[in-house]
Amino acid sequence: MKPDLFQAPDYYNLDELLTEEHKLVRDAAREWVKRDVSPIIEEYAQRAEFPEQIIDGLAGIGAFGPYIPEEYGGAGLDQISYGLIMQEIERGDSGVRSTASVQSSLVMYPIWKYGNEEQRKKYLPKLASGEWMGCFGLTEPDHGSNPGGMTTNFKDMGDHYLLNGAKMWISNAPFAQVAVVWAKNEEGRIHGLIVERGMEGFSTPETHNKWSLRASATGELIFDNVKVPKENLLPNKSGLGAPLGCLDSARYGIAWGAIGAAMDCYDTALRYSKERIQFGKPIGGFQLQQKKLAEMITEITKAQLLTWRLGVLRNEGKATSAQISMAKRNNVAMALDITREARQMLGGMGITGEYSIMRHMMNLESVVTYEGTHDIHLLITGLDITGLNAFK
Amino acid sequence: MKILVCISHVPDTTSKINFTEGDTKFDTNGVQFVINPNDEFGLTRAMWFKEKQSASVDVVNVGGAETEPTLRKALAIGADKAIRVNAEATDGFFVAKQLAAVVKDGGYDLVIAGRESIDYNGGMVPGMVAELTGANFVNTCIGLEVDGTSATAVREIDGGKETSNTSLPLVIAGQKGLVEESDLRIPNMRGIMMARKKPLTVIDAVDAAKETTAVKFEKPAPKGAVKLVDADNIDELINLLHNEAKVI
Repeated sequence: MKPDLFQAPDYYNLDELLTEEHKLVRDAAREWVKRDVSPIIEEYAQRAEFPEQIIDGLAGIGAFGPYIPEEYGGAGLDQISYGLIMQEIERGDSGVRSTASVQSSLVMYPIWKYGNEEQRKKYLPKLASGEWMGCFGLTEPDHGSNPGGMTTNFKDMGDHYLLNGAKMWISNAPFAQVAVVWAKNEEGRIHGLIVERGMEGFSTPETHNKWSLRASATGELIFDNVKVPKENLLPNKSGLGAPLGCLDSARYGIAWGAIGAAMDCYDTALRYSKERIQFGKPIGGFQLQQKKLAEMITEITKAQLLTWRLGVLRNEGKATSAQISMAKRNNVAMALDITREARQMLGGMGITGEYSIMRHMMNLESVVTYEGTHDIHLLITGLDITGLNAFK
Repeated sequence: MKILVCISHVPDTTSKINFTEGDTKFDTNGVQFVINPNDEFGLTRAMWFKEKQSASVDVVNVGGAETEPTLRKALAIGADKAIRVNAEATDGFFVAKQLAAVVKDGGYDLVIAGRESIDYNGGMVPGMVAELTGANFVNTCIGLEVDGTSATAVREIDGGKETSNTSLPLVIAGQKGLVEESDLRIPNMRGIMMARKKPLTVIDAVDAAKETTAVKFEKPAPKGAVKLVDADNIDELINLLHNEAKVI
């Protein structure tokens, strides 16, 4: 792996839209990624292993629940800081960003928003410090884009709930101590339950042979008559809107994260184009290469503006789910296009682990699918502007 | 022990350097600023004194409001208090006078400055501060231990090191070696949150004349084209050196 020479593009001086604290938070995350992630990540991705040693560092830069209030161990930061942290982590690797996204938006967020005070006090500080890692169980083998069709269910047994079913494609599952699991009660209403490792009948087999997010651990959650204490039910929200609220937060982070992956590929391709000599001059001097680079920086700049504005709306509590869908869809597709163009610019070198481009490209194949596929987000926009449901 | 670390706000080493106003001023447009690396080694060593010997660590900078993020970062790394002398830092003697006033006012035992800032490479300020405050001075310092009021400092000299004993009050001009690059600290979230509540005091400059004015900056001349002469063609080489380069 080459040394990390990353220089962040800021073509429209967007730093001027950020506060001093935003930049301090972002620069700390950027420095940490350069020091602790870039030098090791390729090797872990090649070995398909999650680098557990970076958990402390992720907690250190505030990647676990940056917007969770300080009284629960979070950093009490705003949504733009959260976005910037996700951007910098994904600049290093989407798999590492996925680990942080899940912990923050899919585990800490529902406990904070839908949990009671005892649950917040019990779980959030340990999740913020990384002492406990969490995962989120919504998707099932037969229910991906249609989570409302889930079959995982729980029965009220008087002094406990009895949970049965299975979840699939769960980031962090193999090592998580805590799982926020969505399941239907006997009336078919979706509720969130906190399931802890060690509960009898709960297992988390790892998903092997992925070509994507190889430095992140993915697995299944199997519930075979798991007795869940009644105090582990999230009491303050139920129905499909509850998990979708978590996904809003996570998708917002992904919209920022994808910019990080795109920036890294653009920066690598730009530098390479000035160093690689063909036909007696740097390839950056040829029009077709310049077209690629110019389009990349244009798309990155547009995506930066989109997410910054979305961040302002979220800080004001005004961002809609449909607005978040648009940003997630646009930015991930933008990043994926840039990885492919950048890979071509590097020629054969682009396919090696010497450079980060192909790892980003493979990672983004998951990102474009998870948390609402590229197509589903389009239908969300379609529904929002026409009022007509094209999902079914 | 009261420590004051002098922090310069300098362009990141990867910045593109340009000048404005008829080549008399550095063009800061689009430039990222960082803590001067020599100062950062000193700040990190100061953190060690804070943690191991319960020293207090303040940081100071002479500059405009645009330098405050750099001071805030020092607070996030762990400094207790920041002071900004509100003045443009263009002249070494002027800056030294400002820092000396802060040192006297705060009664600091140890002043840690960088050997030089990596922007203008003046390298004059630490020695001047020592003189103006009547403190001992160790230049190009690569190691420092303090025991009570005694200090042992290691200095880089040509081809080796010199260890000397001295005493507080002391000014050092530090560099890499005080700590290593792997010891440098990235502000963590806890530090950033605590930095919100730490004082950053802005004070007016004391009267001091500026003794120098930059007349003009120039970038190094671009490298010329290279002519390769075949190893067998010595006559051609001599001809070019004599008639074209005019060096023999």
